[in-house]
Amino acid sequence: MLDSILFYFFGGVAVIGAALMVTRRNAIHSAVFLITTLLATAGIFLQLGAEFLFIAQIILYVGGIMVLFIFVIMLVRLDVALHHIRFRMKSLVVTIVIAVLGAEAGAIIYYARKLPGQGLFIQNMAPASNLTPNSEKLAQSLFTNYLLPFEIASVLLLVAMVGAVVMAKNKKRTEDS
Amino acid sequence: MNPTLHAILVFLQTWWVELTSGVVIVAVVPLVAGYVVLVERKLMADMQARLGPMRVGPHGLLQPIADAVKLLIKEDIIPDEADRLIFWLAPVISMTAALTSMGAIAFGPSFQVARDINIGILFVLGVSSLGFLGIILGGWASNSHYSIMGALRSTAQLVSYETAGGLAIIAGLLLSGTLSISGIVAAQEKYHVWFIFLAPVAAFIYLVASIAETNRAPFDLPEAESELVAGYMTEYSGFRWALYFLGEYANMIVVGSIATTLFLGGWLRPFPNVHWLNWLDFLPALIIALIGVYSIYRAGKQPVMVQTGFMWAVALACFAVALIFAMPWFVGTLKFVIPGLNGAFWFLLKVSAYIYVFMWLRFTLPRYRFDQLMHLGWYILIPLAIVNVFAVGVAMLLESNGVNRWLALILTTLVTLVFAILLVRWHDRRTESASTASLAPDSYAG
Repeated sequence: MLDSILFYFFGGVAVIGAALMVTRRNAIHSAVFLITTLLATAGIFLQLGAEFLFIAQIILYVGGIMVLFIFVIMLVRLDVALHHIRFRMKSLVVTIVIAVLGAEAGAIIYYARKLPGQGLFIQNMAPASNLTPNSEKLAQSLFTNYLLPFEIASVLLLVAMVGAVVMAKNKKRTEDS
Repeated sequence: MNPTLHAILVFLQTWWVELTSGVVIVAVVPLVAGYVVLVERKLMADMQARLGPMRVGPHGLLQPIADAVKLLIKEDIIPDEADRLIFWLAPVISMTAALTSMGAIAFGPSFQVARDINIGILFVLGVSSLGFLGIILGGWASNSHYSIMGALRSTAQLVSYETAGGLAIIAGLLLSGTLSISGIVAAQEKYHVWFIFLAPVAAFIYLVASIAETNRAPFDLPEAESELVAGYMTEYSGFRWALYFLGEYANMIVVGSIATTLFLGGWLRPFPNVHWLNWLDFLPALIIALIGVYSIYRAGKQPVMVQTGFMWAVALACFAVALIFAMPWFVGTLKFVIPGLNGAFWFLLKVSAYIYVFMWLRFTLPRYRFDQLMHLGWYILIPLAIVNVFAVGVAMLLESNGVNRWLALILTTLVTLVFAILLVRWHDRRTESASTASLAPDSYAG
């Protein structure tokens, strides 16, 4: 029972946070509610016994990406820019996006029912305490079954990082000269 | 019985240890932080040949409580142009992050809230780094130039030094082979040695990085009072300011605990496997009793009757605690609490020693300039930390191939140190030639 209370608590916080994030006018407020949503999602991971995902979510998204987001919002002074730029609601685009997303969600729920077992909601799963430590399991599968994709992804990230550094450096040199 | 009541009772029965530990952490940490401030002021006074706070209570022992009362009844000012929601939220985030991350720290074999979590050290690192959200948001919400400059500096500092600190921690984790806090301590018990002796370079890098992460001198640029008034805290007053302050000191305790767990053997007493040193187990009770005796000695020298009485009270409290520590040795049924009590004592002693080093450095070293800080982080500490991770890995590889562990570690540490010297020399030459070439100010400073 405790599990479901926690799940609905975190789920509710995540949904409310997401709704508030979309509706706030102030960019920093949006960022704060996005952080709330991310933390609540991390809470759901923890409640499911995925400890490593929980902490990776917090360290990467909240501690890393969101700090940079807020950094950028602070420096760019988006609230001033917002007075000049108004988001125009393109109703056709909005309708199409909502229709596509709705169809996707419906398809998932419909087809999940035909999966072996009981669809999306798996009953009688093993209790979380019986699982092997997540981090070790993750590392093992990354370095055995998924070694090639893992290496490709890391090379890609490295290229992106080096590229970003090179671009930033070039810009500085032209400014100086 | 009422099913709801029954569920609550079952819940309490299962989790009462964790709940009590959590309440104790939330209740005790602010008090401890207050006394850390007092100790800091006393140490500063001692190093500057002064007396420090002496008026409130004997030797200023009640000063933290007076400070707390002062902060609580101060006027609470919110600037007109401030963003009220975020202004209110920011100090709370700072404090909450620091307190939450303490949940996974093991203050001894039996004082740990989140016991089953097997990524303990990551939890502490990740959650305590959330405290910086509080600093950035607070700096932004104040809508003041000093605040935002302080917040920007602190973010830049965090991003730079968290990398170095994280890499230093990886070197320690390579040796322990686990992320769980009790697992790390168990690994040091198994190795018969603290990891600071196996990975001294990593421990040093972590020390420097943790000073920078907690924004303390000589890296306290975010709140450099000669440049930025008080940095991100400029517009804060009263209780909100106190929350920031508590968060900062709680963070010091957190980084001290990480370093203690990873490099200083956690709650193990010195030489846990040497049997003829088993008398060290009596030491906690003895030390506390000696503090009590010293308080009685000082009681006679107090100028006022009240202060003499207070000193006696302190002595009695010390004796009571010493009795709690000593009792299990005489009562057979209580023997099971000995490891818990002694473990907590050693752990807190090591954390105190670590915080003492923090203070010592603060009173000794002058503040860095911002570009010096960034250079130290990016040009020296991060490359050194990366090389150190490799070195520890190579040492472990050599050890598994039959080389003596100490030989392997000494060799790789020497290689790392040579690399460090080369790095510093190279960097000195670079900055020298740069400063002779042009005296233009660094555009990234500040």
